[in-house]
Amino acid sequence: MSAPFVLPASSNPTPLAVQIRGARLAFGGVPLFSDLDFDLEAGRWTCLLGPSGIGKSTLLRLIAGLTQTEGGIISAGDGAGLEGRIAWMAQDDLLLPWLDVLGNVTLGARLRQGRAAPALTELAQILLHRVGLGHRTHDRPATLSGGERQRAALVRTLIEDRPIVLMDEPFSALDAITRWRLQAEAASLLRGRTVLLVTHDPREALRLGHRIFIMSGTPACLGRAPCPRGEPLQRPDDESFRQIEAALLGRLVAADSEQRPGDGGP
Amino acid sequence: MIGRAFVTFAGLIAAWQVLVWATALPIYMLPSPVQTAAALVGRYDIILWHGGVTALEIVLGLTFGTIIGGASALLLLSFRPARRWLLPMLLVSQAIPVFAIAPLLVLWLGYGLASKVAMATLVIFFPVAATFYDGLRRTHPGWLDLARTMQASPWATLRHIRLPAALPALASGLRVAAGVAPIGAVIGEWVGSSAGLGYLMLQANARLQTDLMFAALFVLALIGVGLYFAVDAGLRRLLPWLPDTLPATDME
Repeated sequence: MSAPFVLPASSNPTPLAVQIRGARLAFGGVPLFSDLDFDLEAGRWTCLLGPSGIGKSTLLRLIAGLTQTEGGIISAGDGAGLEGRIAWMAQDDLLLPWLDVLGNVTLGARLRQGRAAPALTELAQILLHRVGLGHRTHDRPATLSGGERQRAALVRTLIEDRPIVLMDEPFSALDAITRWRLQAEAASLLRGRTVLLVTHDPREALRLGHRIFIMSGTPACLGRAPCPRGEPLQRPDDESFRQIEAALLGRLVAADSEQRPGDGGP
Repeated sequence: MIGRAFVTFAGLIAAWQVLVWATALPIYMLPSPVQTAAALVGRYDIILWHGGVTALEIVLGLTFGTIIGGASALLLLSFRPARRWLLPMLLVSQAIPVFAIAPLLVLWLGYGLASKVAMATLVIFFPVAATFYDGLRRTHPGWLDLARTMQASPWATLRHIRLPAALPALASGLRVAAGVAPIGAVIGEWVGSSAGLGYLMLQANARLQTDLMFAALFVLALIGVGLYFAVDAGLRRLLPWLPDTLPATDME
C-alpha cells in the first residue's frame, strides 16, 4: 500500500478520541441503550458488528449528532463537543444528482461558505485522481457506476478533513471485488483519523479494524472481540487468523439468535 | 417532428372538410377549412391584435402565478403557522370555481388587462404552489442528514439541497400551469372585456361570423400548444440532470 496520505492544505488534525458515557435512548418505549459506555481510540479504526436492527447505526447517528440522546454524554477526548469535528459516510452515496462529481465532493464548502475555494477545488481534483475518478470530475453521478459513486462519496468525506470519520456500512452495496479495492483505498486515505465503521461483514472488520466490537441484547451491550495480529490490510492469513475469524462468526451467530429467538440458530 | 405534425394536421383538416361536405351546413353553422383560412388571412390584422392581447395576459398570468405560487410554497415550508393557516385556505381557493369569481374580478379590476391577468394568475397559482410545496417537503432525508454533519445553516440547506431537489416537482406544476393558463385568460375575456381572443370570439359568434370565430379558436390553440412546448423545452434545458426514461425525441 502507498504511504499515508496527508491532505496538502490540511491542518493535519491531531488524532481525537470519542467518549460515550451513560448514553440512554428508547424507541417506542423499548430501551435501545441504557447507560451505554463506549470509546473510540484516537487515530484508530473501531469496527462495530452485530445483528441488524440492534442499534449499530443509531449509535453512529448519536455520535454524528443526527439523533439526540435521552441522557448521557458524548464528547471528544479533549472534553469538548463533537460539533464540526466529524465526517459522515453512509451506505447510500448521497451524491446530489444535479451537481457534477467535483461539485459533490466540495459540497461541504458550498454549504458553509457558499462556494468552494480554488485551493479546495484543486485538492478535490488531486484526490479524485487518486481514487481513479480524475477523468470524471465533470460528469454527473447518474453516469457513474456503484463503485465510482462510492469513491466520490469517500473523497467528499475526506475533503471535509475531520479528525473523526463515521462510516455506516459504506461498502455493503458493492460487488466483492470493488468492495475489496475500496476497503484498501479507504484504509490508506483515512490513516491517522479516528474511524468508526459499522458493518455486517465480519471479514471487513477483520481486515480493517484495530479493534472489533459486537453489539447485542436489548438494551444493547458492547462486547470486545479479539482482533488478529498485525496492522490492518497487512494481516497474515495464518492459522490464528482463521481461529479468530471462526470465533467471531460464532459470536455473531449467537448474538443474532438471541436477537431473534425461534429463528433457528446453529 | 415537422413531418408527423403535418400529417396529423392534414388528416384533421381533411376530416373537417368531409364533415362539411357530408352535412352541407351553411357557413354560419360550420365553415369549411378554406373559409376559415380565408377569414384568418383576410382579418389577420384584428386576429393578430387580439391574439397579442391574450398572449400577453397569459404570459403575465404565468409569471405572477409562478412567483406567488413559488413564494407560497416556500412560506408553507418555512413556517409552521403558515402551514396551519394557509394550507386550508389554499385548498378552499381551489374549491371555488374561477367562473364564479370572474364577474367579481371584472367588477373590481375593470374591463382591461388587470382582471384577465388576475384570473390567469389564480388558475396557475395552485398547481405551482401545490407541486412545489410537495417537492420541497419530500427531500431525501439522507441529503438533509449529510447537510447537518456539514454544519449547513437552514438557509444553505434550502438553497443548495431542498430547492434544487424540488425543481422536478415544480417543473411538473409549471407544465400543468402552461396547459391551463389560456383557460383563465379566456374566461376573463368572456365575462367582460374590450380586447382579446375571447372577446373576438364572442363578437364573431353574436354576428354569426363563425368563420372568424374558428380562426380565433385556431390561434388560441396555437398559443396554448406553443406555450406548452416553450415551457417544456425551457425546463429540459434547466434540468438536464433529471432522469427521463422516455427520450425527448418521442414528442418531437
